[in-house]
Amino acid sequence: MKINNIKHILLVILTITSLTSCNNDDDGLRTNEPDFSGTFAQADQMGRPAVNTVFVSSNSKDTFNVTTPSEQGAMFQSMFQTNLEALSPAYANAGDKNALGQDAATFTGLLATDVLGVSTTGTTTFFDGTNVLTGRTLSDDVISVELLLIFGGEDGSENPGLTDDNVDANDKPFLTSFPYLASPW
Amino acid sequence: MRKSKNLLWVLGILLTGITLVAADHIDAPAVSGGTSDITDYFAFQAENSSNLVFAANVQGLLSPNATSMATFNENVLVEFNIDNTGDNVEDLVIQAIPRDGKMYFFGPFAPPSTGLNSTIQTAATSSIVDITPYGSDPITTSNQGMQFFAGPRDDPFFFDFGQFNEILAGNATGFNNPGTDTFAGTNVLSIVVEIPKSMLGGNGTLNTWVETKTN
Repeated sequence: MKINNIKHILLVILTITSLTSCNNDDDGLRTNEPDFSGTFAQADQMGRPAVNTVFVSSNSKDTFNVTTPSEQGAMFQSMFQTNLEALSPAYANAGDKNALGQDAATFTGLLATDVLGVSTTGTTTFFDGTNVLTGRTLSDDVISVELLLIFGGEDGSENPGLTDDNVDANDKPFLTSFPYLASPW
Repeated sequence: MRKSKNLLWVLGILLTGITLVAADHIDAPAVSGGTSDITDYFAFQAENSSNLVFAANVQGLLSPNATSMATFNENVLVEFNIDNTGDNVEDLVIQAIPRDGKMYFFGPFAPPSTGLNSTIQTAATSSIVDITPYGSDPITTSNQGMQFFAGPRDDPFFFDFGQFNEILAGNATGFNNPGTDTFAGTNVLSIVVEIPKSMLGGNGTLNTWVETKTN
């Protein structure tokens, strides 16, 4: 019984110290903290889905991943535009635009800086018919949005076989509460 | 005319060197298929509308069997970057790195230096969550209004990637209806953070992105 009590007290002390030590720099109890030293160098980067995948030429994909977003636009916009115009007949003619009213230069100027805008005051969605790039929810059909903007032309009617992959939802329902993503298969 | 147009863009696709890739799964040779390969990134308003959620996935296309053995790499740091001034330079960072079955989070903090290289800011607000084992209910922790999760999840991405590749290969001229979700039945390793908007600053819009960094 007594030994059990001591055990309990020790356990409580250990628990308390392990809980408090993370926020306390000078209590001398951090010796058991894992080693977090060293410099970490960038390997991969992502803002919006499928950007590096679709718009960056194969021999530049690694470079794109190790370019900071503030420098991506200047370095990659013209490559994005070249690849977009090669990819989609919807931008074949001068003045061609997408459903957002963007020509190839404007569209690729937006995409080349690979960050995801997020609203802190309103709806967060990749595109819901009204809001554009105010976030990305788990259920957003981002591929069909991108296909439409790449291939659909001014009113979304061009290249109809290419503007929607007809997979509109995930294979498992998402959770309404944290952590939101569905349990693994 | 229509056929030659199709041929033209198929050729264009081939020239741009598009390979077997998706949201950001296996997007570039240096990270493809490795533990630092980001597959996806999400940022959205939480169930509690005062909060935002950031979710980053790595190590895509895991079968259930592979998922049971998959682990976060202790040499891979995951960083959520938040620009709240509109210049696409990170003003706040949240770091996540695994150690011995736990995911350690630091931040959000204003980084001492921005860009491609990082050190782990252990002096910043720190939070710890046990990495949820495969097959267990999600283990989460809360700290200062934030919530944290790390562990295997269903890949939330959906795309008829198989048909897309058939189109690229010239074997098809368009998508099927209905399509087939290539990512059905596959898993990823997820890191999810929910955070009060009040901790993120800005005037209504943030620019955000996720990075992996290795040592």
